[in-house]
Formats: sequence, structure tokens, C-alpha cells
Amino acid sequence: MYPKDLRYSSEHEWARSEGDRVRVGITKFAADRLTDVVFVELPAPGTKVQYMQPFGVVESVKAVSDLYAPVTGTVVEVNTTLKETPEVVNTDPYGKGWMILVQPDNPKEMDQLMPVDKYLAVIGEKA
Amino acid sequence: MTARSKSVDVAVRAQHKYIPATESEREEMLKTVGVSSVEELFADIPAAVRLGRPLQLPPALSEPELMAHMRTLAEANLHNDRAVCFLGAGAYDHYVPSVVWHLAGRGEFLTAYTPYQAELMQGELQAGYEYQSMLCALTAMDVANASMYDGASATAEAAVMAKDLTHRDEVLISTAVHPEYRQVLHTYTAPLGIHLREVPYRNGITDLGALAQMLSPRTAGVLIQHPNFFGALEDGAAAADLAHRAGGLLMCAVADPLSLGVLNPPGAWGADIVCGEGQPLGGHLNFGGPYLGMLATRQEFIRRIPGRLVGATVDTDGRRGFVLTLQTREQHIRREKASSNICTNEALLALAAAIYMAALGKSGFQKVSELNVRKAAYAKEVITAIPGFRLAFDSPTFHEFVVRTPLPPEEINRRLLPRGILGGAPLGRWYPDLSDAWLLCVTEQRTRAQIDELAAQLEKMR
Repeated sequence: MYPKDLRYSSEHEWARSEGDRVRVGITKFAADRLTDVVFVELPAPGTKVQYMQPFGVVESVKAVSDLYAPVTGTVVEVNTTLKETPEVVNTDPYGKGWMILVQPDNPKEMDQLMPVDKYLAVIGEKA
Repeated sequence: MTARSKSVDVAVRAQHKYIPATESEREEMLKTVGVSSVEELFADIPAAVRLGRPLQLPPALSEPELMAHMRTLAEANLHNDRAVCFLGAGAYDHYVPSVVWHLAGRGEFLTAYTPYQAELMQGELQAGYEYQSMLCALTAMDVANASMYDGASATAEAAVMAKDLTHRDEVLISTAVHPEYRQVLHTYTAPLGIHLREVPYRNGITDLGALAQMLSPRTAGVLIQHPNFFGALEDGAAAADLAHRAGGLLMCAVADPLSLGVLNPPGAWGADIVCGEGQPLGGHLNFGGPYLGMLATRQEFIRRIPGRLVGATVDTDGRRGFVLTLQTREQHIRREKASSNICTNEALLALAAAIYMAALGKSGFQKVSELNVRKAAYAKEVITAIPGFRLAFDSPTFHEFVVRTPLPPEEINRRLLPRGILGGAPLGRWYPDLSDAWLLCVTEQRTRAQIDELAAQLEKMR
């Protein structure tokens, strides 16, 4: 449910190091809370994103929430398949449901994010 | 309610015919909130700003007396049922078929404010859906909202949409857009960080050369009006092309949708957002309001459209029904991040517009539109044949045109009024360089005899 190799933000985004880049999505907890995701608004590649500033919007049948960037950097790739199949955010949040791939300005920024055990404590779940 | 409050003090109520609360009810309310008098409720208001005496009102009138008084006041108004109206400039004197308000005035509709338990009011929603569908057909856009306050606020909302959609902060607006729309736009957009820059006009239409110079990577969109404030037809396709090449959107304000009975619709020539005023569709002049804000856009921009949106769906038994849809864009869910502060609409005016469009039908709509063109063309011909009166611009027009006059247009209007003629809008008030310019409007309501009479009066003035 909450992979150990990821880092987590307090706004329920996950970040995965892939070489010198960082892949970003939202956690199972966030996806469950939103219920059925119907739309994801993402920035264009080349857009600069700021640590803990909104980079997009996720919309479910019940709510709309901002997406917060877990690292500062430049968007290099966007998951365009979410346009047609936003529901994969619910069914596969850490896989097909990824949102953006970022070239971070400072890879060390990842250290500010929570490891899994700390995140589990935040959301009140047992490891 | 307790039994006590139901027992109405008939004598006291008769003294205050238009105030439903009785003396005993008032005392009960004061007791409940813990004060001894009404006066005590105003204790926090400094004495210096208090009136300190009763309002000087005439004594109460009986109902027949009051009706007679109100009638006298109403008769002091000059309205377009009695005057011959050549005034337009954003509010248009079109004929409203009696069926429109006969139906729209039915109790089931007339009492309906924006629906709070929306889905309980299927008739209201269906009317909204039909209004949206007809507006889309008229503008050649994919989606229209269930209406906004008026043309000016809808135009401002279009500018906000352009900013949100492009993530750019500058809107270029033609000075041939209604000056009051522009004023509302300034009020609306300044706190949102939108920079407005005005594009000059030339020969009565937007100066596209100047527009091309002003476009930049900051340009969220270009806003024109078509037909524009001077009644002239813009080259919308060229403006759209310029806006698109700069990565911006083209917004088109329409002050009189009846023009779309003869003009190529904005959606067909590249507009991304159509906004404007729907009053001409079955709405009376209403002394300036309530009016009907129209807003339509392309499918891809649907999540940024402000206001209410009615959608068609099926219920659990597969029967057709209507819902308010995509409410996640709206303020009650998105709070300060909503696409707009407006969660309401002009449901009744939108209903009237839907009935108007349905009553006229496609061919009737085109006929009315053509009548406007022909009658305005005739008026243009006879008025500019009078020495001293000449066209200000030679761009093609719909039902309004600008005439340069030999004496101040305000003076002409003053002289026409005793003849029962409401003259055109003097433009100097908004355009200092057009102080001798007079914006005339000729709708299908004007007869040849009325136009000839106007010309005859002008003939005497030169």
C-alpha cells in the first residue's frame, strides 16, 4: 500500500528517485480519500515547479484538490494517459497513476520528505 | 412555532399593513435576545451618525391611494412602449413576443431563484439545458453555462478564464468593446493580477496592426466585440489568428445575439470564448437590469467555465433527467480556488431567452436579424443624405452605426425628446475624440415612417 522506496509529502504526494530525476504521484491514502478521480490537470513539460507549491489539480466526483510539488525543479515529462484514464490514480497510484517527472534543481531536497514509517504515522496507519 | 405566536393581534397588524411582525411578537423577540427596547439594539452606533428624529415620511395611504400615487410616478417615466427608440449601445429594443413572458411568468418558473435543491426542479433544469443548447447552436461553441449576471460580468469572467487557461497575465482588449464592459473588466480583473491593455481602433474597428505589435508571451487573450460598440463588424478571424499565433485565446463579446442570425458565428471563425449580453433574446429593457450574461466556450475548456452548468443524464431507471454538473469547479466546493465567485445565474432571463429562441425558430430568428440589417441600412441612407450628417466610419455594420452630426448629439437628443423620439448615444462621454459622434440603433421595431420622421426632424436642425 505504501512502498518503502518512496518519500512522502505532508500533502500526500509520493516522490521516487529515478536516476537524477524524480517521479511524482499521489498516495493510496489521498486517492482513497478523494474517491473516484475523474480529471487531473497537469502542467506542460518545461514548467518550473516549486517545493510544496501547487503544480496541478486533481478532481474526483466529490472534491477538487491541488497537487503540491515535493521537489523544486523542471517538469520533463507528464503522464498524458491520465487525460483518458484518470481512474488509474485510484487503481494504481504508484504505477500507471504517476503524474509528473521532474528534473530537480537540488536532488538533496528529497531528504526533506518523509520516509514511509513517518508518513504512516501521519495518516494513522500501522506499518 | 408555538401556539402563542400564531395568535395574531389583528388590531395591531391592521395598523402596520406592510409590516408582518406584531407588537407582541416584537416584544417576544426583544425578550429572547435580552434587550428591553428596539432602541437598545442600536446602542453601538455613535450618536453623531444617528438621525435623531423620525424619518420625514408622508402619512400612510390607503391601498387605492397608494396605487394611484404609484401610477403617477410610473407615468413620469418615458419608456420604449411610448417613445420611438433609436438608442442601443448595449441594451436593445427588440419586440418580445407575448408567449415569452406568458410562459416565463408562470408561477412554477417565476418564483425560481437559482435552485438550491437543484435536482428537485427538473423543469427548471431542463429549461437551463435547452437555453445552453440553443446558445451553443447560435454561437457554434461546444458548451455554454446556465447564464451569468450580465454582458459586462460575463465578459470579465471570460478574461479570468483566459488567464487560468493560459497561465498568462495580460489581456488585450479592443477600445471598440463597450466602454462599460471595459470598466467592469478593470474592476474585476485588477485584484486578480490581470493586466489589461487597450488596443486602439481605426475607422471604427480594432486596429489589427496595433494588436499585432502588442501581442507577447504574456498575452492570455485578445478580447474583441463583434459587432463592436460602434455597430461595426470586426475581422474576427484575423484577430483570432493573431491571438492564436501568440499562444493566446480569442474572446468575443456579443452585445446583441440577434446579430448571429446573419453573421458567421464566433465558433466558426476561431473564437475560443464567447461572452456577452442576452437581454435582446426576449428580455425587456428593464431600466438596465436584470440582464442576461452569456458565456460559451470549447469542450476542452469546460473545467474553467464559471457558474452553473446543467447536464443531461439518466436516472437509475434509465429515464432522462437533468443535473447540475461539474460543480467541483464551483465556490461551495473549491472555495477560494473556484473558477469564479459566481455560483448563481439569471435563470428566469435564461428561460425567457430559451422561449424566445424556440418561439422564433431558426428561420424566424434569421428573419428578425435580417429586418434589423435592412432597416438600419435604410436609416443610414436617409440620415447621411441630410447635409451635415455623415458616417463616422465606413466599416460594414449590423443594426447600429455612428454618425457625425452638425450640432452636438446631446443637443439633438434634447430636441427630439419632446417629439417622442429617443435619440442615439452621444459618444463623447466615452470617447473624447468622438464628441460630435452619435451612435444610432435601428431594430426591427422601427417602421419606415418612424425612420422618415427622425430624418425629417434632423433635416430641420441643420
